[in-house]
Amino acid sequence: MIQPGTAVWFAQHESRLAWRDWLSMMTAGRRERRRRLAIGIAIFVIVMHAVAYSVVGSFAAAPPDKQMLVGITVTLLLSWLLMVSQAMESMTRAFYARSDLDLILASPVKSHKVFAVRIATVALSVAMMALPLAAPFIDMLVVRGGARWLGAYGVIAAMGAAATALAVVLTVALFRAIGPKRTRLVAQVVAAVIGAGFVIGLQVAAILSYGTLSRGTVLQSDAVLALAPHAASVLWWPARAVIGDGIALLGVLVASLLLLGGAIAMVAPRFGDYAIAAAGTENSPASRTRRPAAFRATSPRRALRRKEWLLLRRDPWLVSQTLMQMLYLVPPAVLLWRGFAAGGGAFNLLVPVLVMAAGQLAGGLAWLTISGEDAPDLVATAPVTARVVLLAKIEAVLGIIALVFAPLLAALAIASPWHALVTASGIVIAASSATAIQLWFRSQAKRSQFRRRQVSSRVATFAEAFSSIAWAATAAVAAVNLWLAMAPALMALLVLAGARYLSPRKNS
Amino acid sequence: MLPPLTPPPPFALEIRGLVKRFERPAIDGLDLAVRRGEFYALLGPNGAGKTTTLRMIAGLLRPDAGSIHVAGIDALADPVAAKRVVAWISDEPMIYDKLTPREYLAFVAGLWGIEPALAETGAQELLSWLGLSANADERCEGFSKGMRQKVALAGALVHEPRVIILDEPLTGLDAGSARQVKSVLRERARAGGTIIMTTHILEVAERMADRIGVIAHGKLVAEGTLEELHRQAGNGHDASDGIGEGASLEDTFLALVAAPAAA
Repeated sequence: MIQPGTAVWFAQHESRLAWRDWLSMMTAGRRERRRRLAIGIAIFVIVMHAVAYSVVGSFAAAPPDKQMLVGITVTLLLSWLLMVSQAMESMTRAFYARSDLDLILASPVKSHKVFAVRIATVALSVAMMALPLAAPFIDMLVVRGGARWLGAYGVIAAMGAAATALAVVLTVALFRAIGPKRTRLVAQVVAAVIGAGFVIGLQVAAILSYGTLSRGTVLQSDAVLALAPHAASVLWWPARAVIGDGIALLGVLVASLLLLGGAIAMVAPRFGDYAIAAAGTENSPASRTRRPAAFRATSPRRALRRKEWLLLRRDPWLVSQTLMQMLYLVPPAVLLWRGFAAGGGAFNLLVPVLVMAAGQLAGGLAWLTISGEDAPDLVATAPVTARVVLLAKIEAVLGIIALVFAPLLAALAIASPWHALVTASGIVIAASSATAIQLWFRSQAKRSQFRRRQVSSRVATFAEAFSSIAWAATAAVAAVNLWLAMAPALMALLVLAGARYLSPRKNS
Repeated sequence: MLPPLTPPPPFALEIRGLVKRFERPAIDGLDLAVRRGEFYALLGPNGAGKTTTLRMIAGLLRPDAGSIHVAGIDALADPVAAKRVVAWISDEPMIYDKLTPREYLAFVAGLWGIEPALAETGAQELLSWLGLSANADERCEGFSKGMRQKVALAGALVHEPRVIILDEPLTGLDAGSARQVKSVLRERARAGGTIIMTTHILEVAERMADRIGVIAHGKLVAEGTLEELHRQAGNGHDASDGIGEGASLEDTFLALVAAPAAA
């Protein structure tokens, strides 16, 4: 029997809540879906192991050299930055979520214990999230290269702990520097930039040096290998730990656990104060508009469009969430800039990237305007047909897409009108397809639930992604040969037909 | 020659044989008629079908059978025309956090196609009437429940509806806000508007409504003025039930909703 009020008791409580939350998210709260979930996970595990088996190949048994250490270190660094990003998001949520904080803070238990457990849970969950992708590769490395690769599991645990420690320090530093009201937005933007920044930076470096979007080109270059530290350097310890160096593994684990322990010791006793300060932001004075609204002659369609744009413009969190995907447009923009000098072939790489980004952005925006309507009763009781409402919302989405992509298309048109034409067509079709999928799978939700939209309907999420990929492929092939583009276009249409068939609105 | 004038329909709302089933029948052959300019309160226990009925009138749910006429317009055949004369307010005020009350009203006026100058004057009057003038250009995100409910009410009234449907509009409001809302509603009824409202606060129905309808198990089990309801509840009861002369609406209501359950 665990003593109530102890850290272990809280850990049990937290893990039970986390497990139920995950299960409910994956099964949409339906018990009958548990069996299907188990089968789905089993299939995923088998497929991932099969893929990993073929990928690891001779790498598993290869003797470690500098190139291998660089490769592993960069992979670890990239994954670790993603973990920092994830941990920052979790920490921000922990500060601002009201859920049970009132109960905890009003109870006679020592709240720092709860918060210490909560921070440790973040570290654990961040490490666990890496496992679905990492574990199959580690397992197959063990199968093909021996037990020495098991050290990689220890490195993942250490990375989770160190990432959480840094995330805690960064979030608290932001809290102190800019106050609780701005921290929520800024922390999420910083998290996203950290997550995407490294990948994007490598791509920009690759483009500037070699004129391609490939990250590998930079990592395997002689310049990077020459700049890398000596083989005995501590910087290689995580990579050495992965390939079975016991001392390096011990060092990495001890260092990361010390970091996490230090962060917990520093923040847990004050966590309650931060949470109370965060709660205070809800009662801060409301923002006033500088110019009072003008009552102007308008049609219901225009009023709806204008409302969507106004709501989006005034919600920096939503803007950051939706436009964060635009960070990935930085490398293509650099490539475009380089392409003016190099010409021709570089533009073929740009077409699919832009089309794909448009599809993904349109999906997010379409969810916000179609499903994320905060006053559904008002719109439904207005004297306008459902068709007018939907048209207005689709126009609102496509308007934003046009605004975001027009400058890039204009630049592309100057360099290569043909590529610009193909890209523009691809953007319109990919954005319309993503919007149509959101339309077929629409379900009423609050805008604040935006981040959970991808788990509310997995069919819609996959259909949206596959449709964007297929249209990007179509545009890429069409830029070179119009007739050959028929094949990926057919695939995209099949994805859409499948989504329509599976959608709850196929009869509407 | 001018066409002959058609007299306005006597009923603001006329429902015949309304049926709606979910897992079980929620509304089971409901007949209801509310006169123009009347303040009508719909009472009933939880799950009786009050909200379902109101949502069907507002065009938010489609009935399985029956007819709904609002101000003489067949709401099922021409929902857009019917919506033009109806306003709906739910117990959970749904407004946009990132809009100010004035912007919200401008948006509603745009949806209903109200002439801008008329809408602006109406909006200003409503905001002042509901004590929201000082907050007219503040975003609604920091508003209390009472303020949000008042913004929603202003939105419902800005397009001058002939029939106002309210589902538990006073739930969660403080005494001051509740009084303001009640006063606005009374004023609208006095000006010829028709108000149909559900409420759990029997005192509100007792003091404000011209007629009260009691709904249970998806059917209208009693209807009339307070006195008429006392009489209907008194039939078949002896003095020990507390029904009859001097009985409160609470006694009468409990007797009326208990009767069909016992039957």
